[in-house]
Amino acid sequence: MATAATDPTLAVFKPASCDGCQLTLLNCEDELLTLADRLAIAHFPEASSATAPGPYDIALVEGSVTTSADAERIRAIRAGARHLITLGACATSGGIQALRNFADVDGYRRTVYARPDCITTLATSAPVAEHVRVDFELRGCPIDRGQLLEVLTAFLTGRKPDIPNHSVCFACKRRGTVCVTVAHGTPCLGPVTHAGCGAICPAYGRGCYGCFGPKPDSRLPVLIPLLRRDGMDALARERFQRTFTAAAFAEEGEP
Amino acid sequence: MTHRGSRVLHVGSLSRVEGEGALRLKVHDGEVTGAQLEIYEPPRFFEAFLRGRAHTEPPDITARVCGICPVAYQMSACAAIEDACGVTVDPAVRELRRLLYCGEWIESQTLHIYLLHAPDFLGRDSAVDLARTHRADVERGLRLKQAGNAIMELLGGRSVHPVNVRLGGFHRTPHKAELRELEERLRRAADDAWETVRWVSGFDFPDARTDADFLALAAPGTYAIETGTPTVLRTDGAYSRFPTYDFLSRVREEQVPHSTALHSRLDGRRHLTGSLARFAVSGSWLSRTAVEAAREAGLGDPYRGAVCRNPYRSILVRAVEVVYAVDEALRIIRTYEPPPRPFVEVPPVAGTGHGATEAPRGLLYHRYALDGEGTVTDAVLVPPTAQNQGAIEDDLRRVAQAALDAGDPAALADSALTGLCERAIRNHDPCISCSAHFLNLTVERTSGGTP
Repeated sequence: MATAATDPTLAVFKPASCDGCQLTLLNCEDELLTLADRLAIAHFPEASSATAPGPYDIALVEGSVTTSADAERIRAIRAGARHLITLGACATSGGIQALRNFADVDGYRRTVYARPDCITTLATSAPVAEHVRVDFELRGCPIDRGQLLEVLTAFLTGRKPDIPNHSVCFACKRRGTVCVTVAHGTPCLGPVTHAGCGAICPAYGRGCYGCFGPKPDSRLPVLIPLLRRDGMDALARERFQRTFTAAAFAEEGEP
Repeated sequence: MTHRGSRVLHVGSLSRVEGEGALRLKVHDGEVTGAQLEIYEPPRFFEAFLRGRAHTEPPDITARVCGICPVAYQMSACAAIEDACGVTVDPAVRELRRLLYCGEWIESQTLHIYLLHAPDFLGRDSAVDLARTHRADVERGLRLKQAGNAIMELLGGRSVHPVNVRLGGFHRTPHKAELRELEERLRRAADDAWETVRWVSGFDFPDARTDADFLALAAPGTYAIETGTPTVLRTDGAYSRFPTYDFLSRVREEQVPHSTALHSRLDGRRHLTGSLARFAVSGSWLSRTAVEAAREAGLGDPYRGAVCRNPYRSILVRAVEVVYAVDEALRIIRTYEPPPRPFVEVPPVAGTGHGATEAPRGLLYHRYALDGEGTVTDAVLVPPTAQNQGAIEDDLRRVAQAALDAGDPAALADSALTGLCERAIRNHDPCISCSAHFLNLTVERTSGGTP
C-alpha cells in the first residue's frame, strides 16, 4: 500500500487480543484515506494482503504477550521499529486475559480444552513493556479513536502526544454529567481511572468500570470505603477492580 | 507436469481476516490430500475466568472475545442469563437491542464487503489500494460503515465494546428526539446500501457450491437477528428446527475419518452458519426493499425460497443484509416509544440458561450455569467461525482441486493457488479471534504426525 518511497511507514501487529483496537484504526472513516496519503501502511494483515518488509517508522501493537513465541516476536517487532506504540488495555496492562495471573493457568487449560497438554501458554498475560521498551502506551479497552489519531499525528510531526493523565472524574465534570456516586450511590472507578474514553459510562448512568486502567497516583485505597458504603463487599470490589485491566489495578492495592 | 509429486503450501499469516490464522494445503500427485485452516491465536481462557464472576458481568466480559462483533456477544450473553433466570425483557427494550444489533450488522458487514472482500474481486491488496482507482466506491463504503457505528455510539456509548448494555435491558434508554437524529444519516445509508448491492452485483463470481447444511435462527415474521429458533436447512431441502437448549447435543465436535482434527458437526453432518444460511432460512422475511435488492443482485426471489450456495456470492447476500439492517433500523427509530423502564431486574436463579443470536458472521451460542447467588459456575461459548471451520476447509479442498484439475499452469503456481485458497477462506468472513478456543485442533493435527 506504499504511497511514496519517502512516506513514513506504519505497521500493525497483534499478539493476544480481540481486534477491537485495530478496528478503531479502521473506524477512523473520515481520516483513513487521508492518513493513507500521509504514511505508507506497510504491514497491516487485517486490512491488506500486501506486506512491505521492515524496519518501520511506527509499529502499533495490539494485544498482550501470553506465549513464548509472542515474547520472541515482540522483541523482533521492537528491533524493527523506530517507534513502538502499544494500543489498548491488553498491550499496556495484560488485558482481561491477565485474570490468569491470579489463577492457576493449568486449571484454566483443563477447563477450556479437551487436550490441555496441547496448549502452550505462559502463566501470565504481560504488557508489552514488560518485554521491550515502548515509546508510547495508549490506554483503553478499547482505545479511543480521537486519542489514536492524536498519537499518530504527534509521532508523524515529531511532537509529544497530547494525552492527559487526569482521571475520568475530571472528564465527567467537563462533560457536565451529574456524579453517579454522589447523586445515586452508584459504585464508580472514575476517580482512580485514567481519562480518555470521554467519560461515557457515567453519561449513560452507570459507574466507570475502569477499562482505561488506573491513572498515575490513583490512590485506590481512598476509594475503597466509598465502594463499601455503596454496597460492595470484598468479593464484589475484587471483581470490580479486576476485569479489563486486572493486573494494573491489582498493583494499586488490595480491593 | 508441475503437479506431479508432493507439495505442501503454507500461508503463515492470512490477511484481510479478523484475527490471526494460517492455511495449509497438501497436494499429492495432483490430488488435494489435506486442507487446513489453522488458528494460532493465543488462548485467552474466557470460559475459565468467567467462572466465579457475577451473573451480571458476562455481557461486558464476553464482548472482549471479539472487538468486531461485541454486540453479538453481549446479546447472546444477555439472552442466556435471562433464560437461566426466567426473565423476559420489555418489547421496547427488545426493539432497542435489535437496533443496536442492526448497527453492528451494518458496520461489520460493510467492513467485510469493502475492506476485506471486495479487493479480491478487483485484484487489489486492500481498500486503501482500491481507493486509488475507486475512491468514490471506497468512500461510500466508509460512510455506510460509519452509519452503523453511529447507531452503536448513540445507543451503546461507543462502537467497540459498547457500555450501555446490561442484563435486562440498558443502563439508559434514549429519548425519541435522540434517535431521530440518526434518521437523516440512515436515509443516506439506505441509498449507499442500495448502491453497494449494485456495485458488488457487477463483480465476477467464480463457480462454487458449498454442500454444507445451513444453520440459522428463524423467527417467523422477521429476519432473525437477536432471537429465534435454530433452524436447519439440509442440502436435500429438508427443514428442521430444535430448541436452543438442545444446541450442544446437536452441534458437536467430532473426529472425522480422513483427519486427526476435531470438527464441529450438526447431527453428524457438516454445517455452515452466517449470511448464506440466514438468507436461505429467513429470506422471505426480508423487508420489501431488501427483497428487491436480492432480486436485482441476481440472488433469486426470496419469497420463493431463493437459496444461494456459492460462497463467493456471499458478498451479495451481505450487501442485501445491509440494505435490510438499514431499513430495519429506520423502522425501529420511526416507531420508537421509550420503554416504561430502561431495564428489568434480573434476580439470580440457580440453573442453566442458553442463548443464541445471529452475529454478522453466524450463529453465536452461549450457555451459563449459575448458583443461587448468581455466581457463574460454568460457561460455554460456541462462536460461528468454530462451527464454520469444517465447511471452510471443504471449500479450500474443492477450490484447490478444481484449480489442479483445470491444469492451467499459471493457476498451479504456489502463489496463485494460495491466493485462491485465501479467497475461499475470506468468503466466510471468519473471525479467528473469536474461535481461539479451537486452537487445540491445529496442535492435534501436528502432534498426529501430519505435516
